[in-house]
Amino acid sequence: MATADKSGMVESSGRKLWLTHLLMIIGVFFVFFPIWLAFVASTVTQADIVSPPMPVWPGGQMLENYKRALFAGVNVPVTTMLLNSLIMAIGIAAGKIIISLLSAFAIVYFRFPGRNVFFWMIFITLMLPVEVRIVPTYEVVAGFGMLNSYSGLIFPLIASATATFLFRQFYLTIPDELAEAARVDGARPMQFFFDIVLPMSRTNIAALFVILFIYGWNQYLWPLLITTDPEMNTIVMGIKQMFPSGDDTADWPVIMATSILAMIPPVIVVVSMQKLFIRGLMDSEK
Amino acid sequence: MEKRVTFKGWLLPLCLVLPQLLVSAVFFFYPAIQAVWQSLFIPDPFGLTSQFVGLENFQYLLSDKYYLASFFTTATFSILVTLVSMVPALFLAVMADRLLKGAATYRTLLIWPYAVAPAIAGVLWLFMFNTRVGIVSWYLGKLGYDWNHVLNGPEAMGLVVVASSWGRISYNFLFFFAALQAVPKSVIEAAAIDGARFWKRFFTIVLPLLSPTTFFLLVVNVVYSFFETFGVIHTITSGGPQQTTTILVYKVYSDGFVGQDLGSSAAQSVILLFLVGLLTILQFKYFEKRVHY
Repeated sequence: MATADKSGMVESSGRKLWLTHLLMIIGVFFVFFPIWLAFVASTVTQADIVSPPMPVWPGGQMLENYKRALFAGVNVPVTTMLLNSLIMAIGIAAGKIIISLLSAFAIVYFRFPGRNVFFWMIFITLMLPVEVRIVPTYEVVAGFGMLNSYSGLIFPLIASATATFLFRQFYLTIPDELAEAARVDGARPMQFFFDIVLPMSRTNIAALFVILFIYGWNQYLWPLLITTDPEMNTIVMGIKQMFPSGDDTADWPVIMATSILAMIPPVIVVVSMQKLFIRGLMDSEK
Repeated sequence: MEKRVTFKGWLLPLCLVLPQLLVSAVFFFYPAIQAVWQSLFIPDPFGLTSQFVGLENFQYLLSDKYYLASFFTTATFSILVTLVSMVPALFLAVMADRLLKGAATYRTLLIWPYAVAPAIAGVLWLFMFNTRVGIVSWYLGKLGYDWNHVLNGPEAMGLVVVASSWGRISYNFLFFFAALQAVPKSVIEAAAIDGARFWKRFFTIVLPLLSPTTFFLLVVNVVYSFFETFGVIHTITSGGPQQTTTILVYKVYSDGFVGQDLGSSAAQSVILLFLVGLLTILQFKYFEKRVHY
């Protein structure tokens, strides 16, 4: 029975699949609704929003709102925050990948004194999020004079070992014959690394980059602590700063335009590199 | 597992691990040790000297009713987040798994929220439930329900739970969907031939086969609700009203940075360290088991 249904003879009438589609569409609608509403709010005027219920269909203010958000903002233009976020996310992703490519190579391809100690040190850092050690880490960063700086945003967040483990797992699957051949040919270890190991790791690097980029982009607590200067705010933490303190009404159209702008880069990365993303997700968690 | 073929030398490998070693030492080990150290002291009000007090910070914490309440809040919060993010995800994954056509499209649409930062998710949900302009709270008002998460504790908890679970649905969906696709179709067909209907097949065959994935997701979601939901809580409730949404991580922040009570905040960090340790062991125990079969 070759039906379009992949479970072959198990399913079922067309009516049932129709119901499945309907349930899926309802599910997608509920999952999507908050984003849709934010988009609508970013295209209407403040007056439309403060007299509820707000419209559920986009209005004509889109250009004005986004222009205002991007070039004026509330405390600082959103373009500045976008740039800060971009530098932070790329810095974290690239930094983590580079240091772990190297250290994993050392762990897998060498026997050196202290190797086991080092291995356990990485193991311990594996699951301890920055949230747990914020006060002392803040003091370290302040001591180095790295408050309100990119290095202060980036370095504390690359001190974790998921990427190292991932590359170690991958290196272990590279056939021994390749290293043997390289050694017989008299290749130096770093030659072997650059000519063989690195090109073979391309897909893993890309998958990990996608995951780490989103991780870095979406950071909140750490930038909140160390960027007191609005010029250094990242977009994800900067949105909360756009809400007025006290009883004033928030500038909803601009705040919602900023929210949409804040989710565009990671959404583009996830949707356009879906295969890599899913692979990275499964690899880095399992 | 170890490589049989290795290179000689010790200087080069040490140089290769040096960057990671430095970053971990400065930004991980030193602060972690510092947290343990600080937890044994109480600084004077001017922060000039501090006095060694042994385990007094811990004793104080464990008799502090706000801290104990925060444990309870965290437990409630993570159980709810885990449930609210996993059950709909499993349902959607089961539905998507039945479809050949369209499953990829639904997947593309459903992974969007994963890319949305928890703090942004907080802003989006706050906007919908805002007491003055929120569209959902307005319609609830029309139905005669007066929504006010600013004053009402359980409503505040409900809102942060939903906002925290929302993006997680995508994540759990992806894992459940992948696991469902890996269930051998022959097993399902055999059951179908024996006359088992869809939901009967689901509960007696599919769900048990999913248990490794389910257990993995349970642990991962608990860890998520502990540590990565700070942004949601900070944007929506700031721990209020009356600390009803102050989870442990939020308390480390509010006591340490807002309240400037460094000894207590450090002691709380140490307690969290132990919790993370336990969760890690749990995860790896499971991980090893999985590798063995």
